[in-house]
Amino acid sequence: MGHGGGGQMSSELVDHLFLPAFADDTLRQLGDSAVLELLGGRIAFSTDTFVVRPLFFPGGSIGELAVNGTVNDLAMSGAQAIFLSAAFILEEGTDVAQVGAVAQRLGEAARQAGVRVVTGDTKVVESGHGDGVYVSTAGLGVVPEGVDVRPDRAEPGDVVIVSGDIGVHGVAIMSVREGLQFGTDIESDTQPLNGLVAEMLAAHRDIHVLRDPTRGGVATSLNEIARASKVGVRLDEGRLPIPEVVSNACAFLGLDPLQVANEGKLLAFVPRSAADLVLEAMRAHPAGLGACVIGEVVEDHPGLVATTTAFGASRVVDLPVGEQLPRIC
Amino acid sequence: MPAAETSSPDPVRRRVVVRGVVQGVGFRPHAYALARSLHLVGAVWNTDGGVVAEVEGDSADVEEFARRVATDAPPLAVVSAVEVAEVEPRGGTEFCIAASEPTTGRTFVSPDVTVCDDCLADLRDPANRRYRHPFLTCTNCGPRYTITTGLPYDRPATTMAGFPMCEACATEYADPADRRFHAQTICCPGCGPRLRLEAPSRETSYGEAALAEARSLVLDGAVVAVKGIGGYHVACDATNPVAVSMLRKRKQRGDKPFAVMVPTIDDALTLVEATPVEVALLTGRARPVVLAKARPGASVGVVLGAVAPGQADLGVMLAYSPLHHLLLGLPGDEPGPAALVMSSGNLTGEPIVTDDDEARRRLSGLADAWLTHDRPIHVPCDDSVTRAFDESEAPVRRSRGQAPLPITLPFEAPPALAVGGDVKNAFCLADGRLAWMSGHIGDMDDLATQSAFGVAVEHLSMLTGVAPRMVATDRHPSYRSRRWALDHFPASDLVEVQHHHAHVASTMAEHGLPDGRRVIGVAFDGTGYGDDGASWGGEFLIADYGGFARAAHVAYVDLPGGDAGVRNPCRMALSHLRRAGVPWDPSVPSVRACDETELGLLDRQLATGLRCVPTSSMGRLYDAVASLTGICHRAEYDAQAAMELEAAARPWGTVDGYRFGTEGDPLDPGPVVAAVVDDVGAGVERGMVAARFQQAVVDLVVATVRRLREETSIATVTLSGGCFLNAYLTAQCSARLGTDGFDVLTHHVVPASDAGIALGQLAVLAHRLRDHPSPLEQET
Ligand SMILES: [Fe+3]
Ligand SMILES: [Mg+2]
Ligand SMILES: [Zn+2]
Ligand SMILES: [Zn+2]
Repeated sequence: MGHGGGGQMSSELVDHLFLPAFADDTLRQLGDSAVLELLGGRIAFSTDTFVVRPLFFPGGSIGELAVNGTVNDLAMSGAQAIFLSAAFILEEGTDVAQVGAVAQRLGEAARQAGVRVVTGDTKVVESGHGDGVYVSTAGLGVVPEGVDVRPDRAEPGDVVIVSGDIGVHGVAIMSVREGLQFGTDIESDTQPLNGLVAEMLAAHRDIHVLRDPTRGGVATSLNEIARASKVGVRLDEGRLPIPEVVSNACAFLGLDPLQVANEGKLLAFVPRSAADLVLEAMRAHPAGLGACVIGEVVEDHPGLVATTTAFGASRVVDLPVGEQLPRIC
Repeated sequence: MPAAETSSPDPVRRRVVVRGVVQGVGFRPHAYALARSLHLVGAVWNTDGGVVAEVEGDSADVEEFARRVATDAPPLAVVSAVEVAEVEPRGGTEFCIAASEPTTGRTFVSPDVTVCDDCLADLRDPANRRYRHPFLTCTNCGPRYTITTGLPYDRPATTMAGFPMCEACATEYADPADRRFHAQTICCPGCGPRLRLEAPSRETSYGEAALAEARSLVLDGAVVAVKGIGGYHVACDATNPVAVSMLRKRKQRGDKPFAVMVPTIDDALTLVEATPVEVALLTGRARPVVLAKARPGASVGVVLGAVAPGQADLGVMLAYSPLHHLLLGLPGDEPGPAALVMSSGNLTGEPIVTDDDEARRRLSGLADAWLTHDRPIHVPCDDSVTRAFDESEAPVRRSRGQAPLPITLPFEAPPALAVGGDVKNAFCLADGRLAWMSGHIGDMDDLATQSAFGVAVEHLSMLTGVAPRMVATDRHPSYRSRRWALDHFPASDLVEVQHHHAHVASTMAEHGLPDGRRVIGVAFDGTGYGDDGASWGGEFLIADYGGFARAAHVAYVDLPGGDAGVRNPCRMALSHLRRAGVPWDPSVPSVRACDETELGLLDRQLATGLRCVPTSSMGRLYDAVASLTGICHRAEYDAQAAMELEAAARPWGTVDGYRFGTEGDPLDPGPVVAAVVDDVGAGVERGMVAARFQQAVVDLVVATVRRLREETSIATVTLSGGCFLNAYLTAQCSARLGTDGFDVLTHHVVPASDAGIALGQLAVLAHRLRDHPSPLEQET
C-alpha cells in the first residue's frame, strides 16, 4: 500500500480520482490550504487527518501533530490560524486515559499556537478497525492584506530556504516504532510555524512560496512546487542541514533524507534580493534558528528537482514511490 | 581519362539502389571505379535512402556491376539490400558522381572506426603532407556517427562543416583514384582542426607544441583530459602507480578497474594473455576495451594492483585515433608513456563529456590539463567494452564502433522505442526488421544522463528515420526511464515488459528465434522488479516473446535497506545467514566486518522487516558469498563483490560444488550458505570456497533446466542477466547443457546485462502488436 505515502501514488490518486470528482478551481491549485474571498477579506481553510503510530513518541504525540499540522498548513498560505475543529475516530477498547492524554496534549498545543478549538466530533469504530486514535482537524485563518503565497509563484531567481534540520520527525518515529538504535536519541520536531511565518512576512511581504515538507519530505514538496510553477529547482547537496543521526539512519535503511517527513519545518521561496532579510528574521525566531539557503530556482529542467553533489554531478530528486525499491541491477 | 564508349549495339540501363551502411564509407568511388572498369556509363549519387547508381552498357557488364557493387564493397560498408530496376537507356559517354539528392527512405551511417593502416603509414611518413596530422582520415576510416549532424551524409552535415577544404585537399577529394575521393572528413594541417593544450595558469599551446607538452605532463604523473572520438577521456601514465591512484581518488571510484590503452597489439600481449578471438577483437575496426586475462608480472610496467585491483582480467584497448598514436609516440619519437589509463571523461554516473566548455568546467576537478581541438563531437559515444568466452564475443558495453549498426529482428516491428533499464542504460529504436541499439548512455539517476538520453533518442531517430509510435519500458514504478517514457508518450502507447522477461527476449531476438518459439530462460542478475513487487534476479522462466511463466526461482531472502543492502555485501551475507538458520558467530568474516551498532540495527531490521525487500537475486547471493569468504564486504562499484569472487575462484578451476536445496520450488540457497560457512570455518582457502560456490550455481542451472525440459519438452535455453557476464558461469553452463543436448543461447551481440534489455523490450512490444496471443500471457 503506497497511496498514503505522500509521494507519487497519492498524487496519482488526487490527480485521477479526487480532482475530477470535486471539479473546483481552488482545490485544483493544491495548496496546503485553500485561500478564499469571503466577506470582503481573504480566509485560508485547510483540513488534515492524523494516523501516526505510536500515538506518543519522543518530542510529541498525535495531539500536537493534529494542531501543528493544520496550523502550519494555514501558515503556508501566509495565514494566521484562528479556529480549529477536531474530530476523533476511536477504536473500540482503547484506554480512555490514553484518549484523555491525547486531548490534553491537543489542547495544550492549541494554546501554544494561539488558536481556539471551537467544534468537534467523536466516532467509535470496531476493534481492529483503527490504531487506537485517529484525529482529523480543520482550520480557519485570515490572510493578511498584500500577502500572496502560492505553490505556483516560484520563479527563476528565487532562493530556497529551509527553516532548520531535515528528516528529524520521520527518523524519530521510525526509531521508536521499530526499536532501532541509531546511536543518538532523537525527538520529533513538531511545532507550530505560524509565529515564524508572521515574522518572515513582516520582514518581507512578498514571499513567493511556503510549504511544510511533511509526509514525503522535502523532495515531495519541492517537486510539487517545481511542477506547479513550471520551474526547475536546484539544491546544493553540501548545504542541506541533515543531522548526522538522520543521515546515518537513512544511509543504513537506504532512504533519501529528502524523502523523510518533517513536522516543524518550512520551505520558503523568496527573491534572492530579500533572502538575507528573511533569513535574519527567521533566525531570530525559535522555530527558525537553523534557517539556511539550500538551493535556487532555475529555468533549466522545468518540473524537476536536482541536487548538485560535492563533485558537481546532478542527481534527480524524485517523489518517493510507495516503498523505495532497489534499482541497482 | 578517355570517355568510355557504349560497347553494345543493344545497351541496357538499370537503376541499382544499394541500402545499408553505404554513405561516408567510400561507396560512390567504389561504384564509380567499378562502372568505369566495366565500361559502363551513367551516374551514382547519394540519397537519404541509400546509394543509387544508374548504369548503362552491355547487359552482362550491367549484371556484373549489380553483383560486384555489393560483393566488392569497401571495408566499412554494410550492404543490407541491392534493388535493381529496369529503366530506359539514355546513352551518354561517361560515368560520373552526381550531387546528393534527398528522397525518402533510409540509409545508415557508419560507426566510428579506428584509423586505417594506410592513414597510419601517412601519419608516420615524413614525406607525406599529413605527416603527424592528428586528424587525418580517409574513406576507410575515422569518425562518422559522432560527427554526423544530418542526412544525407555530406560534409555540411558533419562537424567538419566549419573546415573548408584547402586546394590540395579539394583536388584529392575530386580525384576518383584517391583514397580520399569524396571523403567528407578529409583535411590536412593546412585546413583541418587544430590541436591545443590548455591548462590553468599556463599559456595555451598549439599543434606539435601542445602534443609535446601533453606528453611531458603525462610522463610527469599529471592527469590530462584528452578529446577523443566520442568524448573526452581523462588519461594518465598507467605505469605510474601514484598517478593512477591520484586519478582514482579524483574520480571517486574506489577500487573500480581502469582500462589501459597501448599503441600496438604486441604491447597489449605483454599485458594480457589474449586468445586468438581476443586478439581479433583487440585489432578489429571497432577497437573496444577487451577484458582479457592479465599477465601476472606485466612487462611494460603497468601495475595491475593499481589499475585493476582484485581482478583477474585487465581491460586493454589499442590506440584508435591518430591523436592517441601521437600521444603514445610514433616510432622514433622520444619515449612517452608506454601505456595510458584511459577513463571516460565524466563524473561518476554522468555521461561522457563532449563539449569543450563542459570539459573545462566538469573535468576541472579531475584533470590538470586539456589536450583538445576544434572539431566538435556532435553525439557522445563511450568506448565499447567486450570480452570473449571460449570462441566467441560476449559484449559488456556496446557503444563506439558498434553504434549505430542495426541488428536484424526476427519479425516486423512497428516504429517503436524501447527505453531499456535505469543503470548502464542503452535504448533501442526499431522499424520493420531492423533495430538500432544506442551507445552507452549511463545511469539514469543523473540529470545530465537523463537529458543526454533525450538528445540521443532524437539523434538516432534522425539518423534512422524512425519516428517511434510506441514505447516499451520496464515495469519498475520508479525507473526514470519509465518516467521519461510516460512524459513523452500517451499511456495507451506504452508497453511494460517485466525485467527478466526482457532479458530472456533479448537473447531470443539476438539469435533470431521466430515468433511463437518457446524457451527455458535463465535470467540471473542483481535486481529487477518482479510482478509480485519483490526484487527478482534468480529466475527460470518458460518464455516466448508474448509472455512467461515463472517456472522456478531462488528462494526469497530479505534485502535489507534496498540499494543500501546492495552496497554492503556483508549485510546481504547476514541476511542469508539469518534465513539459513546459521548463527551470527564472530568467526564468520561477515559478522566481523560489522560493528556492534550495525549488527544491532540489522538484527532489528530483519526482525521487523523495516525497509526489507524480499529478493530472489542471484547477484545478491554472489555478494553474500563474497562476504562470507572475506573477499568483499563493501562494494564501491557495481558488481564488485561478484567480480572479485570470480577472480578468486579462477585459479581453482572446476571443483566439487556445494548443493542447493532443489527439492521443488523455490530453490533453497540455505545449504550452500551453511556449507560456505563450514568450509571457511575449517580454514579452506577462500578461492577454493568461491570455486565450490560457483560450481554449485552451475549445477543448479543444469539440474533445474533438465527438470524443466522433462516437464515441458523445451530444449532451447537462454542465459541472460548481468550474472552471465561471469566467464566461468557462462562457459560451464553452456558446455554442460550443450553436452546434454540443449540448444544453448548466450549473448554475442548485445550485453547480457541491463545494457541489453532494450532489445528484448522491443521484441516483446513488437509481438504484442501482432496477432499471436501467447497462452503464457495469461499466466503473467
Ligand atoms: Fe537485470
Ligand atoms: Mg498537510
Ligand atoms: Zn584511413
Ligand atoms: Zn587541406
